[in-house]
Amino acid sequence: MKTKKVTAVLATALTLALTASACGGSDDDGDGNKKNGKSNAVADAALESIVNESSEKGGTVKYEHSDVPDSLDPGNTYYGWVQNFSRLYGRTLTTFKPAAGAEGLEVVPDLAESLGEPSADAKTWTYKLRKGVKFEDGTEVTSKDVKYAIQRSNFAPEALSNGPTYFKAYLVGGDKYKGPYKDKSPEGIKSIETPDDHTIVFKLNKPFADFDYLATFSQTAPVPQAKDKGASYVQNIVSSGPYKFESYNEGRSAVLVRNEQWDQKTDPVRKALPDRIEVKFKVNPTTVDQHLLNDQITVDAAGTGVQSKTQPKVLKASEKNQTDNPYAGATSYLAMSVKVAPFDNIECRKAVQYAVDKASVQQALGGDTKGDVATTLLPPSVNGYTKFDTYPSEGNKGDEAKAKEHLKACGQPNGFTTNLSARSDRPDEIAMATAIKASLERVGIKAEIKQFPSGKYFANFAGNPSYVHEHKLGLMMMAWGADWPTGFGFLDQIVNGSAIKPSGGNNLMELDDPKVNQALADGIGMTDAEERTKKWGEVDKLVMDTASAVPLIYRKNLLYRPDSATNVTVTQAYLGMYDYLLLSTSKK
Amino acid sequence: MTAYLIRRLFAALMLLFVVSAVTFAIFFLVPRLGGQSIDELAVQYVGKDANPESVAAVKKNLGLDQPLIVQYADFIKAIFVGAEYKFGPDASTCDAPCFGYSFKTHVEVWPEITQRIPITLSLAVGAAVLWVVSGVTIGVISALNRGTFVDRLAMTVALLGVSLPIFFTGLLGLALFTSQWPIWESVDYIPITEDPGEWFWNLIIPWCSLAFLYSALYARLTRAGMLETMGEDYIRTARAKGLRESKVVTKHGLRAALTPIVTIFGMDFGLLVGGAIITEQVFSLQGMGAYAVQAVKDSDLPIVMGVTLVAAFFIVFCNLIVDLLYAAIDPRVRYS
Repeated sequence: MKTKKVTAVLATALTLALTASACGGSDDDGDGNKKNGKSNAVADAALESIVNESSEKGGTVKYEHSDVPDSLDPGNTYYGWVQNFSRLYGRTLTTFKPAAGAEGLEVVPDLAESLGEPSADAKTWTYKLRKGVKFEDGTEVTSKDVKYAIQRSNFAPEALSNGPTYFKAYLVGGDKYKGPYKDKSPEGIKSIETPDDHTIVFKLNKPFADFDYLATFSQTAPVPQAKDKGASYVQNIVSSGPYKFESYNEGRSAVLVRNEQWDQKTDPVRKALPDRIEVKFKVNPTTVDQHLLNDQITVDAAGTGVQSKTQPKVLKASEKNQTDNPYAGATSYLAMSVKVAPFDNIECRKAVQYAVDKASVQQALGGDTKGDVATTLLPPSVNGYTKFDTYPSEGNKGDEAKAKEHLKACGQPNGFTTNLSARSDRPDEIAMATAIKASLERVGIKAEIKQFPSGKYFANFAGNPSYVHEHKLGLMMMAWGADWPTGFGFLDQIVNGSAIKPSGGNNLMELDDPKVNQALADGIGMTDAEERTKKWGEVDKLVMDTASAVPLIYRKNLLYRPDSATNVTVTQAYLGMYDYLLLSTSKK
Repeated sequence: MTAYLIRRLFAALMLLFVVSAVTFAIFFLVPRLGGQSIDELAVQYVGKDANPESVAAVKKNLGLDQPLIVQYADFIKAIFVGAEYKFGPDASTCDAPCFGYSFKTHVEVWPEITQRIPITLSLAVGAAVLWVVSGVTIGVISALNRGTFVDRLAMTVALLGVSLPIFFTGLLGLALFTSQWPIWESVDYIPITEDPGEWFWNLIIPWCSLAFLYSALYARLTRAGMLETMGEDYIRTARAKGLRESKVVTKHGLRAALTPIVTIFGMDFGLLVGGAIITEQVFSLQGMGAYAVQAVKDSDLPIVMGVTLVAAFFIVFCNLIVDLLYAAIDPRVRYS
């Protein structure tokens, strides 16, 4: 009797609970997350246009990030999103045009009056700075502040070790100069000359025609020497852009407000519409997505798209119009070590080229939302991309017959065994590796998957040739995005023989092909932009002729634009995230 | 009593010392025994562009090129007398207690910890109040109504509480109350000094999620304890003396059943103040737990050491308080 009563009470409670949740559910379906429903843009609208274009000033743009940046100090960061974001408080010599589609890849002068003046050999670059640009304390920005910023960011790894060191690599005497914290001489590095307060001249050790791209790096944002505190400068960054820091909490949050010293007249690039910008770090990734869908924040700062589990939700008919699925500027590929047998034989490498079923790799990754099948190393969103396919197969499913032919030519008609490395904390990569393993088995190549943590993947494992040789890592999963969106910016670090390092290198194939090296050197010496761009497609082809890398997927992200986000456009210059210089909000 | 206290304090200090040595060994000695070279270690603290010069500079600046024992001694010394570091144009002094600088961001560890303790403490105190009050009350009611519907319902809910992990209840709470029925727009930590009302309002969901787990545990513990004590002879005696039932339950029954509860509370609370790791992750609260997770992920040794020592301190401290409380709760316990 008692039990029956209990059951009845429980059943009633359960029914009530279910009814309540069902009501809630239907409310949501009817109303969705779009409270205003004002945006009538379609899916992928921000790839080629500026969505919700507006010239209205005011409001707070809210960013959230599930992790922390390497640093918000423009001189101590390598992260793509910080490069994009730091333009709000740091003006660089040049920058990318805040514009939709291909126009967004165009380099325009920012702190400089015009693009760099190269010498005929592309070894000397001169920039004239705009007059009247001021730091937030009212002092005028001079060429010395730019020079100092480059010195501290490239030559003081004991304090600022996060950023790239291209200036160090290309400047004359870059290998000798000890950096401004150790070398206290007033002239600093001699190969950056500042003949007057508004002129800066770079003397390079080899021709480098992509220099205007290098000048877009946040490292050229001026830093006044008197205010530099090294690693702790990040807590008191001196702004030269339209916004300055109101507060900064390490690893937690930052708030930017208008910099009253910024003058629109000196800045043709920025519109600076929002009044305030708030960033929160270490927000639970699920919460970030939830906040985006609820229109509580403007953007996910990371710019890598919504979580896998949120994807079905935003791909529903009612939400899909608010998504963009751009190229992420990166290619996933399978690197074959030319120093590990049997991949020292090009025929064995060709066998792998034909054996891999790229369609199944794409499937394993999660379909075309995650990326398109790749046939080249350069992704379509990089200047210099040329479409070609050296190892074609029907439906990209691989060509078993051809693979077997090449196996025979390699002297391994029955296949062989090898190791395939992947990063253990990247489920996407493991999924792709598993699909590759399955497709290689079709022709008798048995690959054992070896997993390593991503934090040490390059330092200790795949990027460490002695480990690779010793443990016979013939195949290595790899993904690469360009440091600047040109063929050289993409390829130089992964295919040039000079990029082979004892540890932490990115040329996993250990490719040191004289033809490839020469073509890269030739291309970067060409001051004619069109000719130079054409050259990168040729380099890509030369690499594919060596058969040392199997391009797998041109990665794509699935971004979501909340209703209140205005002036939303994808910039290919920054790995396919939204352009943070343009981004504003209709929420006041 | 004083002698006992001094003895305990000395033991606590020794324990913290051992904890620091073990933590140091786990993060520095073990990888080295496993074959990790100093260069490989240093590479982790250089950014993406780990060229040999950067690695060498970082290695030297972080003192990784020193023998392990020297590094450990420097670390301990800095806690008592402070230290000087150079991560920029000028050397900066780190006053005692100095737990060093983050290997990754070069930010001083101690101020970070002191900024994060209030967050974790807010979370822990609120949740603790909730779970102790609700857990003990439910436990007592359950024990007194043994076998009835109330008892079964309470114990079923308690079973749910113990079985459901915080990353489930927490996320569910968030989904229900910030999205489905948006009573809260989002959960943010607002310092109590800034706006006590907002502080309280924002912490309700985290408190409830965390307390749900613990109060279930405490309800079951209290129920078991109460069932045992209520069957004791002295309870019968108390009743026979003609004491009111409420007094029998609270003064005689609960008081005796409370001893194990207080013991476990000391442990739980101390542990929580050291960092409610999962809860902080779920609700994006930047407390000690979140700091510890980030540090372990980055192999940021000074932070790991700092957080571990502070957490260990709280556990030891709470246990000491518990031991002292025994005397107050249980008349049989006297320290000499």
